[in-house]
Amino acid sequence: MVIFALLGVNLISAIILAFQGDRRHAAELNILGSAATFAVSLALAFRVYEEGPFITGDGFFFVDAFNVYLCVLTAFVSMTTAVFSRKYMAHERKHGKVGHKGMRFYHAMFQVFIFAMLLALLTNNIGVLWIAMELATLSTVLLVSLYRTPAAVEAAWKYFILCGVGIAQALFGTVLLYFASEKIFGEGSKGLLWTNLSAVADKLEPTVLSLAFIFFMVGYGTKVGLVPLHNWLPDAHSEGPTPISAVLSGLLLNVALYALVRCKVLVDGATQSHMAGHIMMIFGLLSLLVASFSLLRQRDIKRLFAYSSIEHMGIATFAFGLGGPIATFGGLLHMLVHSLTKSSIFFTAGHASQMHSTQDMSGIGGLIKGNPLAGWGLMLGVIAIAGMPPFGVFTSEFLILTALIKEAPYIMPFFLLGIVVAFAALFRRVMPMVFGPAPSNQKAVKLAHLPVLVHLGLVLAIGLYLPAFLSDWFHMALKILIK
Amino acid sequence: MSTSFAAEINSVLAALILLTSFGLLVQRRIYGLLHIFAWQGLLLSISTAIVGYTAGLHHLYISALLTLTIKVIVLPYILYLLIHRLRIHKEVEDMINIPTTMLIGIILVILSYHLMSPIRELSTLVTRSTLAVALATVMLGLLMMITRKKAVTQIIGFLAMENGLFFAATSATYGMPLVIELGVALDILIAAFIFGIFFFQIRTTFETLDLKAMEKLKEEE
Amino acid sequence: MREGLYPVLIECLQVMTVLIGAPLFAGWIKALKCWSQGRSSAGLLQPFRDLSRLFIKETVLAENASWIFTATPYIVFGSAVVAGAIIPVLSVDLPLSAMADIIALVAIFAIARFFLALAGMDTGTAFGGMGSSREMMIGSLTEPAVLMSVFTVSLVSSSTSLSHMAHVLTSHTIELRPSLAFALMSFVMIALAETGRIPVDNPSTHLELTMIHEAMVLEYSGRHLALIEWANMMKLFLFAALGIACFFPWGIAGANEIWMLPAAVLLLVLKLALIGVFIVFIETMFAKMRIFRVPEFLGMSFLLATLGMISFFILES
Repeated sequence: MVIFALLGVNLISAIILAFQGDRRHAAELNILGSAATFAVSLALAFRVYEEGPFITGDGFFFVDAFNVYLCVLTAFVSMTTAVFSRKYMAHERKHGKVGHKGMRFYHAMFQVFIFAMLLALLTNNIGVLWIAMELATLSTVLLVSLYRTPAAVEAAWKYFILCGVGIAQALFGTVLLYFASEKIFGEGSKGLLWTNLSAVADKLEPTVLSLAFIFFMVGYGTKVGLVPLHNWLPDAHSEGPTPISAVLSGLLLNVALYALVRCKVLVDGATQSHMAGHIMMIFGLLSLLVASFSLLRQRDIKRLFAYSSIEHMGIATFAFGLGGPIATFGGLLHMLVHSLTKSSIFFTAGHASQMHSTQDMSGIGGLIKGNPLAGWGLMLGVIAIAGMPPFGVFTSEFLILTALIKEAPYIMPFFLLGIVVAFAALFRRVMPMVFGPAPSNQKAVKLAHLPVLVHLGLVLAIGLYLPAFLSDWFHMALKILIK
Repeated sequence: MSTSFAAEINSVLAALILLTSFGLLVQRRIYGLLHIFAWQGLLLSISTAIVGYTAGLHHLYISALLTLTIKVIVLPYILYLLIHRLRIHKEVEDMINIPTTMLIGIILVILSYHLMSPIRELSTLVTRSTLAVALATVMLGLLMMITRKKAVTQIIGFLAMENGLFFAATSATYGMPLVIELGVALDILIAAFIFGIFFFQIRTTFETLDLKAMEKLKEEE
Repeated sequence: MREGLYPVLIECLQVMTVLIGAPLFAGWIKALKCWSQGRSSAGLLQPFRDLSRLFIKETVLAENASWIFTATPYIVFGSAVVAGAIIPVLSVDLPLSAMADIIALVAIFAIARFFLALAGMDTGTAFGGMGSSREMMIGSLTEPAVLMSVFTVSLVSSSTSLSHMAHVLTSHTIELRPSLAFALMSFVMIALAETGRIPVDNPSTHLELTMIHEAMVLEYSGRHLALIEWANMMKLFLFAALGIACFFPWGIAGANEIWMLPAAVLLLVLKLALIGVFIVFIETMFAKMRIFRVPEFLGMSFLLATLGMISFFILES
């Protein structure tokens, strides 16, 4: 019931918003819908926390600690993003960057996007997972091209084509998986249910599953933004509206990684080897290194943080690939803190570029004088994302590093190199923006303070003290991921 | 119809589907591309229906019908209208010349055969040998998307790739569960609508559908 | 009976068939073409009349022509006759076919082409050189394709000996084989290119800039030209026969099947007549393509041949 409520809220809000259009209170309705989703997701989380994982809807939905924490995260970040986007989009609307049709579309598609992600997280069916991922892509494609500038249309087209290609590979992987499971379960949907598959994972044909994993890796890896399939990500992030960049970075990448990890569990069970983990480690490390060096060359503020997202997704993928309780714990935590930090950074970066009417970092300066909250928000966000204590990213990266030193010390230098280069690149760019001289065209913009403060506060809190319920949660998730 | 005869017909259809994917690679005219694409869809739906008949699986008839309506009638028609309305230049331009593309295509086919050979051994279905063809169709669609400059041809490549996936599903496993197939079909339809919107957006912002114009977003120093 | 005269007789019979059948076949195509264009034809025997006229005429040699120029007609004609002795036209029971398989056959055609190209350049005229270079370009593209397409058939019959291939195909039950269909399509395209028919070359034109084969032999006259023309007709006939042996061998007499010979002759005539209709159909339907499109055309036939081979492995093994 809770699940239907969770998914229904989004769909209903999407429909209402489609009719509401650009009239008054559309943004407030958007917030309301997201808040309702968050409330329901909390209820779902409490139920899982109290009663443990459960399957419902004739096996169609499956909720366990792993996906429910991502659900809460998704609902939470989408709620704060909705809060942020109220003022942000009003500003864009006022300056004529979006028309009233665009606003209608934006609000409706925002809800559809959240719906697609929640469906992807909650479904038990690997095929439906694929469909939901595709739906999530499709619903954001036209949001990326919302401004209709040549660059935006190009970015959206790239996003559409690359993710379309990628996700097609994932479908091939799904077909192969079904091919393997059909022998055990016979015809019908039963053979695609994750719970069924993971119960008999050791009976699935290892060769088929390893091949399937390669397709999953390429497919969902494209959506995670792993190098060398990352090309769409910086473009889509830099050209779309900032709230969309925030949810793409903070949520969609997580959901794609979630799909990949779910597949990895099955493949590990079947092959009884570390093959899938190794592949993920290679992709993860490559993404970390390539992205951190690319950070050095960026000029556009949103592109900069898009590359930073690639880097962090690389770290998380690497952690899941490394396996073992500590690294996996670190990976789960990293998904959480990265999502919170990165979306808050995008909020402040969006404000910063609105204040200076440019996304070019050389045109942005003196944030700390122009708007202390935006300045400090960006500074603290970057400190957090670069992995400095006492923020949560430090904790997760530290955990992963500890596991890495224990499991594969010879990779450690590369890993550290990536993190250090990213750190240097980010600070080199951000310091002038925050503390440098303010350009003359700087203007005051109404800010949504709350989302930034809440996100950074949460990351700080997690870094200082991991609440017991959260670590319990992660431990429950660990049991699912590590057999 | 005996099983072995059906398997023979199916392998002939598989060969023809492979031929059509190469046809898509070498065809120079856009309307020609649409025709080949429609033929590919038709072959696919016949093959699905035959598999459904021999295996006695009635949900495959629905899939065949779905393919027939979406891939043979609706999508080519939408694309035709778009090409007509947007007055797209009729010649296809590609980045690599056609013989090279064909050679790469052949290499891809061999690669997919190589990838699929371990799986073939495991399957007991009569259609198992077509799995490599399905993967090859996917790869060739991918190749087409990479080597073509125009948005319309990229889309046809994308749809051809979807055809390959669908073929994989029928040949490897006698079709995915119906829920999945309906969902996938729905996604493709939505995707097609988005293409349509996109064509207009690209057209109005760039005044051409040639993707060469879209080279602004490069890495900056 | 096998050790006796029978195989030798068959061999002789076949060579005679090729020698006489080739001009007849060429005449049939010309006649058909005339009818299809509403002209009255000169009859089936016209090629014979042309040949005998050329044999009677005096041979003119260029001043600077070397021995290659005079030897080429005999080499070309000889290689055509040898090829005629290898390909099972009437019967698979050919003593000579044991010593040369399909690869050797392609090599024999290549020798003829090589000497023709040399002779084209030998006299030093501009057209000869141009024709030679074009012919070699086409040859370099057709040879791999012809090998690929015939190899597909030899994969199916697991032998490269033509006689054996034809024998295996006739003794099997008829199956739907996509690989053979691909190979056939490819073979048809190559055969058109190899024998200089439309859409690659036009045998009846002397329009200077577009000709390929005719440009090479422009300097020949008298009996030399007769030999080359005859060899050319034989090549067309042989490619038709090769196609029949590889793809439609039903009717070719098996080993020791002397009673099948009359039927074999009858079927051969029927099949060749149909092939003639097909060629004329193509020549009326299509225009000659630009020379720069020829590599693409041949590339396509190579692609088809490769697809045939691949689909043998993928779909049939």
